[in-house]
Amino acid sequence: MIEFKLINKWYGNYHALRDINLEVKEGERVIVCGPSGSGKSTLIRCINALEDFQSGTLRVNSVSLNEDLRSVQLVRQSVGMVFQQFNLFPHLTVLQNLTLAPIQVKKMSPENALFLAMAQLTRVRIEEHAHKFPAQLSGGQQQRVAIARTLCMEPKILLFDEPTSALDPEMIQEVLDVMIELATQGITMICVTHEMGFAKRVASRIVFMDQGQIMEEAQPEDFFNHPKHPRTQAFLAKLLDH
Amino acid sequence: MHDHLHRAKSTKVSTHYLKSQNPPKKIRSWSTLIHLTRLEFKQHPVQGALSMILLVLVILSGLAFLNWGVFNAVFISDEAACQLARSTGACWGMIAEKYRLILWGRFPFEEQWRPLTSVVLILLTLSLSCVGTLWRPAYRQWLYLSWVWCAAIFEILMSGTFFGIDIGLGLAKVETDLWGGLPLTLLLSIVSIALATPLGILLALARTSDMPMIKTLAVTYIELVRGVPLISVLFMASFMFPLLMPGLQSPDVLLRVLAGITLFSAAYTAEVVRAGLLSVGAGQLEAAQSLGLGYWKTQRFVVLPQALAHVLPGLVNNFISIFKDTSLVTIVSLYELTGALGLALNGDAIWRPFKLEGYLFIGLIYFCFCFALSHLSQNFNKASQTTPKMSA
Amino acid sequence: MKILELWHHKRTRQRLFQCAVVLILLVVVGSLSYNTWTNLKSRGIQSGFDFLMENSGFDIGEHFLISFDSSDHYWWAFLAGLLNTLKVSMVGLICSSLLGLMIGMGRTSHQTLIRWCSRAYVECLRNVPLLLQLLMWYVLLIEYLPSSETPYSWFNAILLSQEGLALPQLMWSSNSSNDFLDTQLLWSWPIRDIYGIHSDLNLSPEFISLTFALILYTSAFIAEIVRAGIESVPKGQIEAAQSIGLNDFQINRFVVLPQAAQLIRPPLTNQYLNLIKNSSLAVAVGYPDVVSIANTALNQTGRALECISILMAIYLSLSLLVSWGMNQFKDASSIAIEKDKERLERSRLDPQGTGARHA
Repeated sequence: MIEFKLINKWYGNYHALRDINLEVKEGERVIVCGPSGSGKSTLIRCINALEDFQSGTLRVNSVSLNEDLRSVQLVRQSVGMVFQQFNLFPHLTVLQNLTLAPIQVKKMSPENALFLAMAQLTRVRIEEHAHKFPAQLSGGQQQRVAIARTLCMEPKILLFDEPTSALDPEMIQEVLDVMIELATQGITMICVTHEMGFAKRVASRIVFMDQGQIMEEAQPEDFFNHPKHPRTQAFLAKLLDH
Repeated sequence: MHDHLHRAKSTKVSTHYLKSQNPPKKIRSWSTLIHLTRLEFKQHPVQGALSMILLVLVILSGLAFLNWGVFNAVFISDEAACQLARSTGACWGMIAEKYRLILWGRFPFEEQWRPLTSVVLILLTLSLSCVGTLWRPAYRQWLYLSWVWCAAIFEILMSGTFFGIDIGLGLAKVETDLWGGLPLTLLLSIVSIALATPLGILLALARTSDMPMIKTLAVTYIELVRGVPLISVLFMASFMFPLLMPGLQSPDVLLRVLAGITLFSAAYTAEVVRAGLLSVGAGQLEAAQSLGLGYWKTQRFVVLPQALAHVLPGLVNNFISIFKDTSLVTIVSLYELTGALGLALNGDAIWRPFKLEGYLFIGLIYFCFCFALSHLSQNFNKASQTTPKMSA
Repeated sequence: MKILELWHHKRTRQRLFQCAVVLILLVVVGSLSYNTWTNLKSRGIQSGFDFLMENSGFDIGEHFLISFDSSDHYWWAFLAGLLNTLKVSMVGLICSSLLGLMIGMGRTSHQTLIRWCSRAYVECLRNVPLLLQLLMWYVLLIEYLPSSETPYSWFNAILLSQEGLALPQLMWSSNSSNDFLDTQLLWSWPIRDIYGIHSDLNLSPEFISLTFALILYTSAFIAEIVRAGIESVPKGQIEAAQSIGLNDFQINRFVVLPQAAQLIRPPLTNQYLNLIKNSSLAVAVGYPDVVSIANTALNQTGRALECISILMAIYLSLSLLVSWGMNQFKDASSIAIEKDKERLERSRLDPQGTGARHA
C-alpha cells in the first residue's frame, strides 16, 4: 500500500531523510519510534504530501506522489492524519468539524454527512458532545474528535503523529483505547509514538529511526526483547526506565 | 529506620471532605471608605495630588460649560438675542434656524422628507444588523435582502429614479450633486465599507500568497496607498480621473470620490485582515489540507472565519476611520455633513459668527455614530468570549 | 492530454496565473496611459516637469527657514511647502507623544477620577473627525481671540491675538553690516505699532490650530496604544518590583515601560505616519503646507499629473524616512543587549581585569 524507495529529503542543507526504504502492506500496523530529530514525523508527513522530497519514489495506494496536484488530491482523500496538536477548527462545533470535508470534498448531502458523523462519534464514544465547541472539551476528548474527523473521510490508511504527546497522563489511555479498537478492526496504521505499551500490544512491525535513517525494523517481540543495533538498545534502555 | 516510624506516626489524614461555604459579608461604611482613601493617597502621592487637581479642574470647567451652554444660552432662533449673548452664552437658536440645511444639504426644501426617510431607513437596517441572532446562517439571507431593499429604496428616494430608469412614482428628480449632509455621509461610509472589505480580504490573501508576482503587486499597492494622505487620493479622483477616461468623460463626482475612498480604505483593511491571517496557526492549514480541502475552500471555511474573528476590533476601528474620513470630501466640494455646515453659514452674515455651535452639533452626531460602533465591537468581543471559540 | 497535465502541475498553474494577472494589468495601465496622452494632447495641456523652473507668481503666507516671494520658482514653492509640513509634523510628533504617554498612563491609574477623565478625553477626541476638530479650533482662535490692537500679553514679550502668537526670538545680528565679526546673540522682541504686531517669530492662527488639533487627536490614539502596551506587561512584574521596594515612578521607568515599549513601537510608528499624513488637512484652514502649494500650483498650471505625483513622492519619502527611523530604535535595544553580553563575556574571561586571557 505504501512504498518508499530510496527517499531522500533535505531542509535547505540539512539532510532530514536518508535513503528511506519502507514498505507497508494493507492491514499492517507500523509503529515508528526514535529520538527527537530523527525524522519520524517528516517520514509520515511525506505520505500525505505535507512534506515533499527531493529524490526517490513514493507510492501510496499505487499512486505515485509527485508534483502533480491530482496525485496529491487522490492520496489525501484516502489517507487520514491525526496531529499532535489536534488542530480542530475552533470556530466550528464538533459535528461541523466532522461534516465539513465530506460535504465540501466528497459532495455528500448534509443528511448523509450528519449520519456518518454521528456514527463516527459513537465509534470513538463521544456522541454526547456533538454540539459543543472544541474549547469546551478536554484534551483527550479533542483528540478523539480529531480521530473521528479523519474517519469521516473513510480513509484506507491512518497516520498518527505523536497523538498522545500533548495530553495529560490521565487522558492518554482513552485515546489509546480508541486507537487499539481501530487497529483490531483491521485499518492500516502508521503511528509515531513514545507509548511502548501500546506499541507492544498493537504493532505488527516496529521501525526505529535515528538521524534520518531507518536503523532497525522488526516484529515487536524481537524488537523489545532482542534489539540488534546498539543505538536501538540504548534508546530502549532509556525509554523503559520510566 | 527510626525516622521512618516517627514520621508514620505523625502523618495526619483528613477523614472527610469539608462542605463549601459562603464568604463573610463586606462591611461598607464611611469610615472604611475614608480609611481606604487615605491609604491610597499615602501609597500613590503623585496620583493622589493629580486627582485633586483634576477634580477642581473638572468642576470648574463643567460649571463654565454649563453656564455657556445651558444657563446663558439662547434656544430660540432670535438673532437679536443671540447677538446679545455672544460671548457669554451659546446660540443654539442657530441650529434651530439652520438644521435642515446642515442635515440635508442642498436638497430641495420641499422634498426634504425624502432624505429624512432614507436616513431613518438606513438607521433601522443598521440596528437590525446589530441583532446577533440574525447573523445565523438560517436568517442571514434575510439580512442581506433587507440591505438590498434598503439600498434600492435609498436610491429611489434620493434621486427620484432608479439609476436613471424612471419608475413612475412621481418623485422629482434630484441630481447627485445636490445630495448632501447626513445621507451623503452615510452613503459614502456604508458603500465604501461594503466594497473595501472584500477588496481588502483579496489583497490580504494576495499579500500572504506563495506566488511572488502576486505578492509583489499586492505589497506595492498597499504600501503606495498607505504612504499618501487621503486628500491626495481625493485630488487624484477629482482632477486626474477625467484625464484617464477616453474622451474626457468622467462619471459623477460622487462615483469618483466613492472609488477613491474605497481603493484607499481597501489597503488599510488589507493590513488588518493580514494580521488576522497571520494569527491563524499553521496547524489549521495542515489539518484542512490533509482532509483534502483546496485553497479557496480552506480560506472560506477554515482560515478566514478565524482570521476575521481574531481582528474584529481592528476591523471595526477601520470602519470608524472610514466613517470619519468621509468628512474630507468637503475639500473636493461634496457637501456632506461638515461641508453642509460651511455651506449653511459661510454665506449668511447673520448666523456666521455662531459656527462653533454648529461644529458642536455635528460633532455630537459623529460622536454618537462612532461611539456606538466602537461600543458594538466591544460587545461583540464579550459575546464571542462567552461562547468559547478560540482554543489552541 | 499534455496541456491538461500542465494545468494540474502546481507550479505551472501558478506561473500561468501570475502571467495572466500581469498581462491584464499591463493592458489596463496601457489603455489608461493612452487615454491620458490623447486627452492631454486634445486639451493642449503640456506635460513635463519643466514648469518647476518657472516663476510661481503667488505668495505664501508663512515660510519656515527660507524666504519666498512671488518671483521664486515653483520648485522653491514646493520646498517651502515641504518645510512648513515638516514644521507642523515635528512639533506635532513630539508634543503628541508626550501627551499621549501621560494620558495613556492615566488610563491605567489606580485613581478612578484620573481613569475616567483620561477615558473621556480619549473617547471624545477619537470619535470626532479630525477635520471637524481642526475647523473648531480655527473658529475658536479667529472668533474668540482679541484683535491685534488689544492682544493678550505676558510681560509684553508674548502677545496672543487674532494674528497669532508673537514670541521673542534669539537671533544673530551684527551692529554694523560691514563687520562680520561683530555679531551678537540678541533677543528680538515683538513690536506693536499702528499697523499691528510685528515679530520675527510669529505663530499664525492657522499653524496653531492645525498643530493643536493634530496634537490632541493623535495623542488620543497614542494614549490607547500606550495603554495596551502597559496592560500587556504581566501583573507579576509589577508585584515583583513592588516587593523589592521600588516606588511608582521607578516601577514605571525601569519595569513597565521598557517592556511595554516592545509592543508599542509598531502601532506608534503607524500613528506618527498618520500625523504626517493628517497634516495635509492644512488646506482646509489655509496653512500653506505642501498639499496646499500643490493645489495652488495645479490650479495655476493645469499640470495635474505632475503636481500630484510630486506630492505623492514627497509623502512616500517622508513615510519611508519615519519608518526607517523608528526601526533604528529596535536595533538600539538589541545593541544594548549585545553590549551586556560582551561585558559578561569579558569579565568571565578576565575576572581580574588584567587584560590577560584566562588560561
